[in-house]
Amino acid sequence: MRYGHGPEVLRDLSFDLPRGSFQFLTGPSGAGKTSLLRLIYLAAKPSSGRISYFGRDAAELTRKEMPLLRRRIGVVFQEFRLLNHLSVFDNVALPLRIAGRRRADYAEDVAELLAWVGLGEKMDVVPATLSGGEQQRVAIARAVVGQPEILIADEPTGNVDPEMGMRLLRLFAELNKLGTTIIIATHDLSLVRMLDAPVMSLSNGHLHIRAPRSQRQAQANAEAGAEAGDIADMAQNDSATEPRDE
Amino acid sequence: MSNRVPPPPSGGSGALLPPDAGRDRPLFVVAAILVFLACIAALGARGAWLQAQRWTSDLESNITIQIRPVELGDAQLDAEEAARIALTVPGIIAAIAHDRAHAEALLAPWLGTGNLPADLPLPLLVEVRLDPQFPAPAEALQAALDAAGLNASVDDNSRWAGAVRQAARTAQTLGLSMMFLLAGAAAAVVAFAARASLAARINVIDALHICGAEDRFVAGLFQRRFFMLGLKAGIAGAVCAALVAVAASLSQSPADMVFFLPHWAMDPFELALLLLAPILAGATAAVSARLAVASDLRGRW
Repeated sequence: MRYGHGPEVLRDLSFDLPRGSFQFLTGPSGAGKTSLLRLIYLAAKPSSGRISYFGRDAAELTRKEMPLLRRRIGVVFQEFRLLNHLSVFDNVALPLRIAGRRRADYAEDVAELLAWVGLGEKMDVVPATLSGGEQQRVAIARAVVGQPEILIADEPTGNVDPEMGMRLLRLFAELNKLGTTIIIATHDLSLVRMLDAPVMSLSNGHLHIRAPRSQRQAQANAEAGAEAGDIADMAQNDSATEPRDE
Repeated sequence: MSNRVPPPPSGGSGALLPPDAGRDRPLFVVAAILVFLACIAALGARGAWLQAQRWTSDLESNITIQIRPVELGDAQLDAEEAARIALTVPGIIAAIAHDRAHAEALLAPWLGTGNLPADLPLPLLVEVRLDPQFPAPAEALQAALDAAGLNASVDDNSRWAGAVRQAARTAQTLGLSMMFLLAGAAAAVVAFAARASLAARINVIDALHICGAEDRFVAGLFQRRFFMLGLKAGIAGAVCAALVAVAASLSQSPADMVFFLPHWAMDPFELALLLLAPILAGATAAVSARLAVASDLRGRW
């Protein structure tokens, strides 16, 4: 992927996000994390290559199908991108309103979700009056209110204190347990260490995928076990071939 | 995090586009001025056409007989005779013989009053009114006067009527051209403003787009906003144009100025124009805004 005639930001990327998986996306600033996320949430077209969603090539989708696909993807932006002229309630209800649902049908659900993220008492206020952490939770509520199948969060803990960061991470983990595929872009390695999830690491536009800690541990154990077995076998063979003094 | 679920806020949902907060006010003023000028141009064209109609109608329903003085003759008697003969020609409903004083009054703007010697022979005029349904041909009247031996010539005013019609056509074309140019300028201004408005609200479009809004949904929001803006500006412009037209019609303007001023006759044309202008302004604004937004959205995936 490249912007205009500029250099390639991302290249030779090939990966698959299994349904219901939880992935971290890390990398230094300027590595291309946001560009990769923009590709995933359909804000940018790849300059070459192919992106498939739910078994369909995105390039083959018509303009009428694209919005329907976007409704299956929730996005939490690093800078929230809330609409400051709308109340917290209306911000969270935005995807449902766009989908053509009537207010009477979703009002209770939105109120319940806002209570769940701890903003039940602030439904009527505008986002500009909220703290960074509260705005972050509004953005998360907006991203999940339509029950998306994929949830993408760009530095979701970048504007909150560590305690709030942990609470938000638990929120994502709970959503993941409910079947949502989660991708969290972060350069906060302490956050990555909290969960046993695969890590996609971007560096100079290249992607390296590291398996979950438990899987790596199991693999290491298996390799260690195999190595130990080999040594034992070798020892046994050695002893078998060793001339005995009788 | 609290798990108590308070009731959802009462009332309707907020408008997805933020209030203009004065940003669209200059556009409102410019659109109102353009609609005002377009209405004035249309009413002016209409006024020129009506005035030309009146003048050509006057000219075409009248014939003038000019009685040239002859030596030892009495022009006044000849004029009265010509009027009597004219009334015998089918298609003529009235004939009035004017006297020397009338002829002197006609010459007064050029020669002044009381400057003509009493013995200077002057041609006299006979004003003939034609039947509007079956007007008498000028040739028939001329033949009847010639047969009576009068030294008279008939002028059917066709030369003047043609010039008046030509002037009316020119004024009308100018007025309508101005109206179309102003409508085009209004559309261009609104399209430019719509793009500026779009740029100022790009965060809203981004949010709607990412949340899965269809192009027509986003374009519809701007279309409605700009339709209302165009409609309000159109109403303001049309009302101002009506007031100016009424004032111009009530004032005692010289005939040559009336030709270029908006005319207010309180007829269906003016009412239709003033009702249509705001709707057209709204529609132009809506279409311009929709095209501008659609053009931006087409650039996105």
